[in-house]
Amino acid sequence: MASKNLLLAKSKAHGKNIAINAVFYFLLISIGFVYLYPLLYMIITSLMTTEDLINPTIMWVPTRLDLSNFEMVWSVLEYPKSLVISIVFSVICAGLQTISCALMGYALARFPVPLKRLWMVLLIVVFIIPSDVLTIPRYVLFNSYNLIGSPLAMILPAALGQGLKSSIFVLIFMQSFASCPKSFDEAAQLDGAGRLRVFAKIALPMAVPVIVLCVIFSLVGYWNETAQTSMLVGSDFGTLPLQLQSFDSLFKNEFPTSFGDEANRLNERYQFSATLLVIAPLVIFYLFMQKQFVKGIESAGITGE
Amino acid sequence: MQKSKLTLKTKDALTGGAFMLPWLIGLLVFTMYPFFYSIWLSLCQVEFTPNGIATTFVGFKWYAEAFTADANFIKNMTSTMESIIFSTPMIVVAAVILALLLNRSLRGRAFFRVLYFFPVIIISGPVMSKLMGNDATTIVHPDQYAIYQVLEGLPELISTPLLYIFDNIVLILWYSGVQMLIILAGLQKIGDPIYEAASIDGAGAWEKFWKITLPYLRPMILVSAAYTIVDLSGMTTTKMHTHIVNNMMNTIKPYSYSSALSWLYALAVLIVLGIMFLILMERRPRRGK
Repeated sequence: MASKNLLLAKSKAHGKNIAINAVFYFLLISIGFVYLYPLLYMIITSLMTTEDLINPTIMWVPTRLDLSNFEMVWSVLEYPKSLVISIVFSVICAGLQTISCALMGYALARFPVPLKRLWMVLLIVVFIIPSDVLTIPRYVLFNSYNLIGSPLAMILPAALGQGLKSSIFVLIFMQSFASCPKSFDEAAQLDGAGRLRVFAKIALPMAVPVIVLCVIFSLVGYWNETAQTSMLVGSDFGTLPLQLQSFDSLFKNEFPTSFGDEANRLNERYQFSATLLVIAPLVIFYLFMQKQFVKGIESAGITGE
Repeated sequence: MQKSKLTLKTKDALTGGAFMLPWLIGLLVFTMYPFFYSIWLSLCQVEFTPNGIATTFVGFKWYAEAFTADANFIKNMTSTMESIIFSTPMIVVAAVILALLLNRSLRGRAFFRVLYFFPVIIISGPVMSKLMGNDATTIVHPDQYAIYQVLEGLPELISTPLLYIFDNIVLILWYSGVQMLIILAGLQKIGDPIYEAASIDGAGAWEKFWKITLPYLRPMILVSAAYTIVDLSGMTTTKMHTHIVNNMMNTIKPYSYSSALSWLYALAVLIVLGIMFLILMERRPRRGK
């Protein structure tokens, strides 16, 4: 009798669990839909022909498949060239930024550097200062060295640890190096390795997950950066987001249509296919690196203090 | 003995200094110098000469002018700050809710986590302005529904935030990715024993959330809120950013006026950050008992 009651209670609890899980799934899926809505909307709109867009009865399903807009946008964006510029630019910046931040993080974690407190406070201050404040004087500075219009204007700050969100990367590196046992370093030093060698051969290999984290976030950051890049390097530098920023005028230059010709007029169809092409490399990158992105933040320990 | 130890320590400090050097140079050249130069520029009349730019000190003229002579400044500033102040709590609350949903051990949890974080990767100024400019981020058009009229009828204090949620639901979710993961990591650090102990004492899920989960999450919520404010204020889609950029090459007052504008903006953001810290900071006395 008692065991039967227990069984009943158990199955009741089980049923309750299933119901709760169903609610959770419902919530997760509906939120997921809200997340993806702009993308779906964008994909579908970019597949619609201009007539479909004007036709109010067509909401979601295009009447016929027409991909000519992607071809047009491909050439307006000068896609292959822009893609290469984007990749080279963000890889250089991300690489240099990661190196400089790792050095700084190692210095703070391992050495009795004087004024450590001050540097920590400055890291936070640097993070908080809005980039708008720094852009104008940086412009004046680079202008006096004739570096405006050269990608160096973005690369140099990255190489010297003052790039996008550098402070966060420094703090992440610091925590990761501080959590490595010091005895490895000391053992290597006893074997006659110099400090730089210890850093390169012992500390860095142990921090590979953190390095990956910094590189990918920094890559995405520089890939998406337009505010400073357009100011310091110029909006014609030609990274994909910059091309997207000036897409409207680029499009009109390439397809100067008479007003009567509806087919080539700039509309959402072109805007969205351009946007899709611009985010496509990021999406692919994310699909391959999703684990590193999501796990990275959790394990990085930016979560405290 | 004492002496050699000391020199070893100094040597260590010096090596450490060498590791810091790139960052230190960068700090001086690309952050500190621009920082002070920007203050100086905002207090000056700037003129272009063949040898570069010439500055004459004019005091707080541009700051005063922003408030007295520039109607757009006040308009853009108010709307930017309004959206930061409205969005931040909503983004943080959304992040907490999402993290709670994802913290339950369900099959496919990893998939949803990846999905919810995804927008963080693609958000950039031009992409967002294309999306927002072409109506792709308004999922519901609330003005078509009766509820909209009901909401509009409510007192403004209640209706404005509600309507804001309706209008910006996609953006609120899209901007909450990083914060969601920060809070999720926090949630996973809270061990089961404390929940079990609370259950034994008769606490329900509701009480556990308010008495255990939220207090534990306080530091993560603080970090998330700070991150949100800094992140939002740095967006290129904000009206203040556009206003500052548009005034940079202002023919009458190049550099100087937009420097002043950027400082006013920075100040406003700092004040919001400060208020947020005051609200969310741990209150020591209560904790010390």
